[in-house]
Amino acid sequence: MKKFATLFGAALLAGSALSAAQALAADDLTITSWGGAYQESQRNAFFTPFVAAGNKVTEAEYNGEIAKIRAMVEAKAVTWDVVDVDTQTALAGCAEGTFETIDWGKLGLDKSKFIGGDVTDCAVPNILYSTVAAYDTSKTQAPADLFEALFDTKKFPGKRALQKSPFVNLEWALMADGVAPADVYKVLGTDEGVERALKKLDTIKKDVIWWESGAQGPQLLADGQVVFATSWNGRFYNAIKTDKKPFKIIWDRQAPDWDWWAIPKGTPKIDGAYRFITFASDPQRMADQTKWISYGPANKDSAPLIDPAILPDLPSAPDNLKTVFYPDPQFWGDKGDELRERFNAWLAQ
Amino acid sequence: MAVPAYYTRGETIMYYAVRVFVALVLLFLIAPILAVMPLSFNSESFFTYPMPGFSLKWYNDFFFNPRWSGAVKMSFLVAIATTILATFLGTLAALGLSRANFPAKATIMAILISPMIVPVIISAVGMFKFYASLDLVGTRLGIILAHTALATPFVVITVTATLSSFDKTLMRAGASCGAAPHTVFFRVVMPLILPGMISGALFAFVTSFDEVVVVLFLASPEDRTLPLQMFSGIREMISPTITAAATVLVLISTAMLVTLELLRRRSERLRGVAPN
Amino acid sequence: MAMAQALPNDGVMRAADGTPLKVALARAERAEKLKAMALVLPLFAFIIFSFVVPILIMLYNSVYDPDVAENMPQTVVALKSWDGKDLPPEEVFAAFVADMKEAQRNKQTALIGKRLNYEMSGIRSKVVATGRKIGSIEAAPYRDQVIAIDKVWGEPETWATIKRSASDYTPFYILSMLDLRQNPDGSIEAVPADRAIYKSILARTLGISLLVTLLTLVLGYPVAYLLATSPQRTASILMIFVLLPFWTSLLVRTTAWMVLMTDGGVFAGLLHLTGITWFLNLIGVLNGEPQLFKTRFATVVAMTHIQLPFTLLPIYSVMKTISPTYMRAAKSLGGTPFYSFIRVYMPQTLPGVAAGCLLTFILCLGYYITPAIVGGPTDQMISGFIERAINSENNWGKASALGVILLTATLILYYVYNKLVGIDRMKLG
Repeated sequence: MKKFATLFGAALLAGSALSAAQALAADDLTITSWGGAYQESQRNAFFTPFVAAGNKVTEAEYNGEIAKIRAMVEAKAVTWDVVDVDTQTALAGCAEGTFETIDWGKLGLDKSKFIGGDVTDCAVPNILYSTVAAYDTSKTQAPADLFEALFDTKKFPGKRALQKSPFVNLEWALMADGVAPADVYKVLGTDEGVERALKKLDTIKKDVIWWESGAQGPQLLADGQVVFATSWNGRFYNAIKTDKKPFKIIWDRQAPDWDWWAIPKGTPKIDGAYRFITFASDPQRMADQTKWISYGPANKDSAPLIDPAILPDLPSAPDNLKTVFYPDPQFWGDKGDELRERFNAWLAQ
Repeated sequence: MAVPAYYTRGETIMYYAVRVFVALVLLFLIAPILAVMPLSFNSESFFTYPMPGFSLKWYNDFFFNPRWSGAVKMSFLVAIATTILATFLGTLAALGLSRANFPAKATIMAILISPMIVPVIISAVGMFKFYASLDLVGTRLGIILAHTALATPFVVITVTATLSSFDKTLMRAGASCGAAPHTVFFRVVMPLILPGMISGALFAFVTSFDEVVVVLFLASPEDRTLPLQMFSGIREMISPTITAAATVLVLISTAMLVTLELLRRRSERLRGVAPN
Repeated sequence: MAMAQALPNDGVMRAADGTPLKVALARAERAEKLKAMALVLPLFAFIIFSFVVPILIMLYNSVYDPDVAENMPQTVVALKSWDGKDLPPEEVFAAFVADMKEAQRNKQTALIGKRLNYEMSGIRSKVVATGRKIGSIEAAPYRDQVIAIDKVWGEPETWATIKRSASDYTPFYILSMLDLRQNPDGSIEAVPADRAIYKSILARTLGISLLVTLLTLVLGYPVAYLLATSPQRTASILMIFVLLPFWTSLLVRTTAWMVLMTDGGVFAGLLHLTGITWFLNLIGVLNGEPQLFKTRFATVVAMTHIQLPFTLLPIYSVMKTISPTYMRAAKSLGGTPFYSFIRVYMPQTLPGVAAGCLLTFILCLGYYITPAIVGGPTDQMISGFIERAINSENNWGKASALGVILLTATLILYYVYNKLVGIDRMKLG
């Protein structure tokens, strides 16, 4: 028995020593982003130089689920120190105290230099991206517009890959159903409008493969599992440039949005988080990021530093903006939870 | 495998039909596991045959990319700690439970086995909330405690099984020969229940080594285990490195299987049960 | 005997030290019992602490919900005297403004809105927007100013919902998991059909589990029979085919199925090569190549593959104990092999069938990983919705209520298993 008791004690000690050792490594910053090609561009432009400057970074991925951040903050078990969020998450998280309020003075940055810097108090804008659809030119004919690509299953039989989220899908569905772009949010603000959008999506429900991470859209397209896929424009750009895929982006009704750096409330490493955001907001580093992905830097000072070759591939290129649809982040910040729940219920049926 | 001479034609057909059916089922069991292994040597990153070329690059990624090798290390660390704790706690409890007239034995046994039965998502969600209040979320200790809870039932079951066929007069014989209780335990009981303990320990190890749901909720990003890395890899972007990882895991489970089989034979020999 | 003579001759049997044998035995037994309990205690305490308590707390969350009570303390008190008929009196609105200002300062309005939204769809955004505007209200009268921000505050139903959510405890989550809801007046009714998904999710979970259990039985029974009746050497080799998958990580097997089940992948190729695709097209079940990726079919096949050894092994171990003499006797009495098998052999294997099928059914109920990877959104089982409730909706009440339902189903079956088979007889590997 005595031997066992000592053994047991030793095992417990080993356990507590483990957690103590972890507490010591408090300077290791955990930065969470959206994985895939986007995170790789951030790794090249920000994380690796930041580590080279004497810091430690652990990367994590998520698929934009605000609930995960909330659960951590509510349980007071915050293991993410900086997280890359979209606008609706930044707004919703700010309204409910999920994120720290940003002290721009502490960052040492000028808010007015950032496109959208005053949209929310709780996050620092980093890039402008866009949700778009794409197809494989070697397998699929060019569609006339986005709606034909997504909703015309007669002309384009086969599956479509859409994001497992109501965001943009509901708007596209309404527009495809004949709602004018300017009225989309007025309609979507009512229960009937939501049902109308879901009804439109019902027409293709059995032809949809739902993706959760941004890398899946291009991959499903590359594997020939779908005829059209949606994703973020940079993911397709990367598949075209790096992996030499014969993809073509449908810029019709592209839905641009920002990504932001936010700090989950209650992280013990808040100073490190600030240091990282300052580091990653440097105009040159932000311009460098465009070498690896086609997203526009939010820092206005980066504009002259960008390689002109990439400009036509950015969402902001005039050719791409012809039929742009601007989603309303405030609408989603307020109604996102309700719509996600409704959408999840619809999916499960 | 000859058909007995007295079988009628119908029976002969039955005889062969059963064998063909069983062969197909066994193929169904083993083929998916085998089919995935060659794909890990594919030079291209897709999953169809025929493969365009042979490459070891996914294994290179698996063994030398710190994400994967770190996850392997973490899995071993957690699984070994879990195995030690679970084997210790489980064996003690099995010894206690096997004594005659243990009060409320059935109920206690049911509670001790329940972590194996309760859906793991329920355990994971409950543990997340409760461990968070103890600051255990995002720590390795948290994962080890959670995995130990999930793994002990296997130890309790396997050791209880060895004890049920264990001849208690051997202990009395030891005691009457003048041995102190702990001597009896280490010299008489231990060697006999050791196979049960080891197979329980193997189960505990595998339970922890394969577990992904609890880790999904409890692990901090720097503490990813191998299954978590695989699971997020599958949901993120399926790279053939996952098939390389799968191949390595299949080899590990084959080793476990062989160990267990050898143990079983040894145990039967020790008890004087001839293997038919 | 010398000792016994020295002791009082009262007819009581005594132990060596002179205490009555009954007492000595009782004492020894008690000591033995204590020792046994001391051995079990560490694990028992550990399981209670690290496993049972967390689950009980989680289950408690399915009825415990203090968000409104904590964040609208004054409103809740003021609403106590309201009769629920017309709009509440001015003091309720005054209390509401004070609470909302405080909540806005603490960034808690979204929490209030989230909680109320469970019962009144669409109110979350209105609460948050009201919170943003509430600062502009400075002095009484409050009622009209509040209603001016959003007309939802002019509806008695809104206040009835707040009043109902004011308690720390709510039947809301459990009710909604049964596709029921409470009306503002307290009566219980079914939710509209387009929101009623939980009964169908429960039915789906039970249905998939049942189907998988049956498939494992149909596939596993003949294998177990052949394994149990073959010569040792053959059986050992065949056993490898069963045990290797059994010992292989669930994630590996699921990954394998995901890779094989892509459209145009290995499985589809096999169906094509064997002519099954052609045949299915011929009889009209299929039109063109099969679509397998992220389907119910893939989910059921993968789960059957994973659970097959769990059903098969208990049947096998029972079959091993059946003496061949019964069959011989049946045959010698004139039964055909088929008849003898059905009437004599099969009944004896029933305990094994029950054990294997129950175990598989119980384990199937809790499946999360496999449907998540090889299934589509309509193939997810209860566990998947628990995960989504937390990671996508941050709705702990919902997750807990789903947990209550899943756990209840599991524990009932566990109880049956325990009665029928006995957990101490559970065999592994």
